[in-house]
Amino acid sequence: MTPGPAARDPAPLRWGVAILAFLLLTVFLALPLAAVFTEALRRGWGTVLDAYADPDAMAAIRLTLLVAAISVPVNTIGGIAAAWCVAKYDFPGKRLLTALIELPFSVSPVISGMVFVLLFGAQGWFGPWLQSRDIQIVFALPGLVLATVFVTFPFVARTLIPLMQEQGRAEEEAAATLGAGGWQTFRLVTLPNIKWALLSGVLLCNARAMGEFGAVSVVSGHIRGETNTMPLHIEILYNEYQFAAAFAVAALLALLALVTLVAKTVLERLSGRREMVH
Amino acid sequence: MSGTGVEIRDVARRFGPGAAALDGVSLSVRPGEFVALLGPSGSGKTTLLRILGGLDHADAGSVAIGGRDMAGVPARERGIGFVFQSYALFRHMDVFSNVAFGLRVRRRNRPPAAEIAERVRRLLSLVQIPEMERRYPDQLSGGQRQRVALARALAIEPSLLLLDEPFGALDAQVRKDLRLWLRGLQEEVGITTILVTHDQDEAMEVADRVAVMRAGRIAQFGTPDALLENPADAFVAGFLGEANRLLCTVRAGVAHFEGDALPPLPVQAPEGRALAFIRPHELLARAAPDGPFTLRALRPAGPGTRLVVTGPRGSFDAVAAPDAPLPRRGEPCALEAQAARIFPA
Amino acid sequence: MTTARAHRDPLPGFGLSLGVTLAWLSLIVLVPLSALALRPWELGVSGVIRALSDARVLAALRLSFGSALLSALANLPLGLLVAWVLVRMRFPGRRLLDAMVDLPFALPTAVAGLALTALFAPNGWLGAPLKEIGVAVAYTPFGVFVAMMFVGLPFAVRTVEPVLRDLGTEAEEAAATLGAGRAQALVRVVLPALAPALLTGFGLAFARAVGEYGSVIFIAGNRPMVSEIAPLLIVQRLEAFDYAGAAAIGLAMLAVSFLALLLLGLVQAWLRPGRRG
Repeated sequence: MTPGPAARDPAPLRWGVAILAFLLLTVFLALPLAAVFTEALRRGWGTVLDAYADPDAMAAIRLTLLVAAISVPVNTIGGIAAAWCVAKYDFPGKRLLTALIELPFSVSPVISGMVFVLLFGAQGWFGPWLQSRDIQIVFALPGLVLATVFVTFPFVARTLIPLMQEQGRAEEEAAATLGAGGWQTFRLVTLPNIKWALLSGVLLCNARAMGEFGAVSVVSGHIRGETNTMPLHIEILYNEYQFAAAFAVAALLALLALVTLVAKTVLERLSGRREMVH
Repeated sequence: MSGTGVEIRDVARRFGPGAAALDGVSLSVRPGEFVALLGPSGSGKTTLLRILGGLDHADAGSVAIGGRDMAGVPARERGIGFVFQSYALFRHMDVFSNVAFGLRVRRRNRPPAAEIAERVRRLLSLVQIPEMERRYPDQLSGGQRQRVALARALAIEPSLLLLDEPFGALDAQVRKDLRLWLRGLQEEVGITTILVTHDQDEAMEVADRVAVMRAGRIAQFGTPDALLENPADAFVAGFLGEANRLLCTVRAGVAHFEGDALPPLPVQAPEGRALAFIRPHELLARAAPDGPFTLRALRPAGPGTRLVVTGPRGSFDAVAAPDAPLPRRGEPCALEAQAARIFPA
Repeated sequence: MTTARAHRDPLPGFGLSLGVTLAWLSLIVLVPLSALALRPWELGVSGVIRALSDARVLAALRLSFGSALLSALANLPLGLLVAWVLVRMRFPGRRLLDAMVDLPFALPTAVAGLALTALFAPNGWLGAPLKEIGVAVAYTPFGVFVAMMFVGLPFAVRTVEPVLRDLGTEAEEAAATLGAGRAQALVRVVLPALAPALLTGFGLAFARAVGEYGSVIFIAGNRPMVSEIAPLLIVQRLEAFDYAGAAAIGLAMLAVSFLALLLLGLVQAWLRPGRRG
């Protein structure tokens, strides 16, 4: 939008404002990112690669991928189901349901982890029962997954709901009058219309799942090589003054964030200009 | 394709606690007939159409199509062609895939690909857009989208075609062309068709019979001529065609107009207060130095000239009396009604 | 009601999708949160009060809420500025700026914490010059504020941006034709139109900052009574197996946050009389 003369400020003012915004964002957002990569490479590539080759680091990377591989599909299925019922139907309690789906976003990550300790920890509601059957949830993979699912719960649903609400249900109804069944309608009509948004939601969900710190920190127990995810591994390295290694692992996660951002931007352009795709 | 009859009996539908959307509607549509459901917004016409299509359900009453009771039959098993108000074309599919959709999703009797392609092409030439196959909906004009929606609905060889305000989103000229074309197409295919519209010209022009709806009920159902000549009540009379409305009192077979604005008119109507509907061509204006009306505007309208006159009771559309000179703007004049439809007020 | 709907609705899948949603929501969110709501009371009401009135807990809560409030406030003008530039101006690098705004959303909090610490440490790129002028950021409450601003900024920008875009320039132009000066047009026409969005952005940034953990603990230094945030105390209580005490702090945080957001919602409703939310 180029404002007309009545809503346009003098050029020096406009450019001053733009440059100020650019400077502030660069200092505030880009500089920290640059610091991570600089610190990681301070002692050269060798140190970085050594940091990744460390068995504990490898275990942390593996665990992070595993947790994301379980949490993201669970939240994708749940998110699609939630978006379908909220966006395509009217029912009493719909607003409440939508608010509850967003709830995890306004809960502190530490609290998100804590609730599972309160349930399944040694002194949790189900703690003794689980202990007597030798089932580990807290300080083990299930706890990490539960905390991660909690924290990343709203991502997919919240990307899909506004889009699906805007698209309405006319196309689905048309498919029904043409003889399509429920799954056919979803697969052939709904899914193609939401695919880019869905992918974008899944990517954000994944980025958060791999990067989550507070919630998993509480349920992890910090057992090296066993229950440490990458972000937790960073903290341990940092506390042990292995700064180069800490920044090396951090750089890996920062790269993931950058890739996610780029992919999200690309997806937004794709979904914004669907007609250009063909 | 051939048409089937539709029997609607005492259908009622209520959304929430307010007034009923449909309040006991009965309607009988003959095979091959073209029926328009006409009414203002909120009169229940779209709800009725959606119930026929299986997109909504009736709280009471029954719907039978081709003699078969439709209760519990889901939309996908009805085999009814439905054209949506916004067309609801699948935006990620090209025109070909849109039209082929209903054939491709069949589980039983799915035609082979070659036959589907042949049928789609035949339909696209029937709706006169054979060259649009590879276009996407957002590359089409409104009129073209409408044709695609129609071809898509016809592809499943429906026994009944339902159209929900199909011309609502189009410009005036495209609208006129398309509705004539639609009528021709319907005659060619012979399919029973029900169209929902709020535009009386549209309903009168395309339909064999028109059902005028009001507040969830059918106010009158008949041919366009019958509706115009013998409107069942004041609502129908007011909704169809332009008409001047005037309060009057009927005494001994003569209507006396409020404030004696017009000379009394012999009518056949029950005694008492009534509302008279007088069409412009039934209302004659002539210059009169002491007339209670003033000529405000002259509007050339085809062969005659329409006059707008104002008086103490408001503004009226009239025509010049044939035996008198045309009054001039600003001149006083008198009005005389030649005929009126009278309904108890 | 539900089964009848599922039968009659031409679009199948309502029962299935609602069932999956409710199961998912209950198992992952509602049941665990109910544990949070119930556990503190094992201490009894007086025990909860005692747990919360501990001087260290109070200091931590004050720091978390205080810095969150200040950081969200500071994010408002910054967010407005960035949103304005993104919506109103076309210049090379605008897309980069746009993508950069989301960085705090995407960057794992531990990485952000580490990065901000490196930047603001006494020997860091920004920390060193700041030290020259006598400002210490890292390992002080000011560091907590900076980290909270970092994580909250995208909320401020992304809530104002769409409203500013929808607003267009017509209202300002109308104000100009009616004789308003440029500043008057901005203060009396644009700012009121943006007020609800600014409040929403403030609320979101505040809620995020109050609970923030990862990006804060690296830079805060975590000195008890000085730069120790409430979530860190929760972690410590849990590590000492004081579940009820931890839950009490958590519940207090949630309660205050929700009250704050409720208040904000009321202010918003009051800001737009006659309009339905």
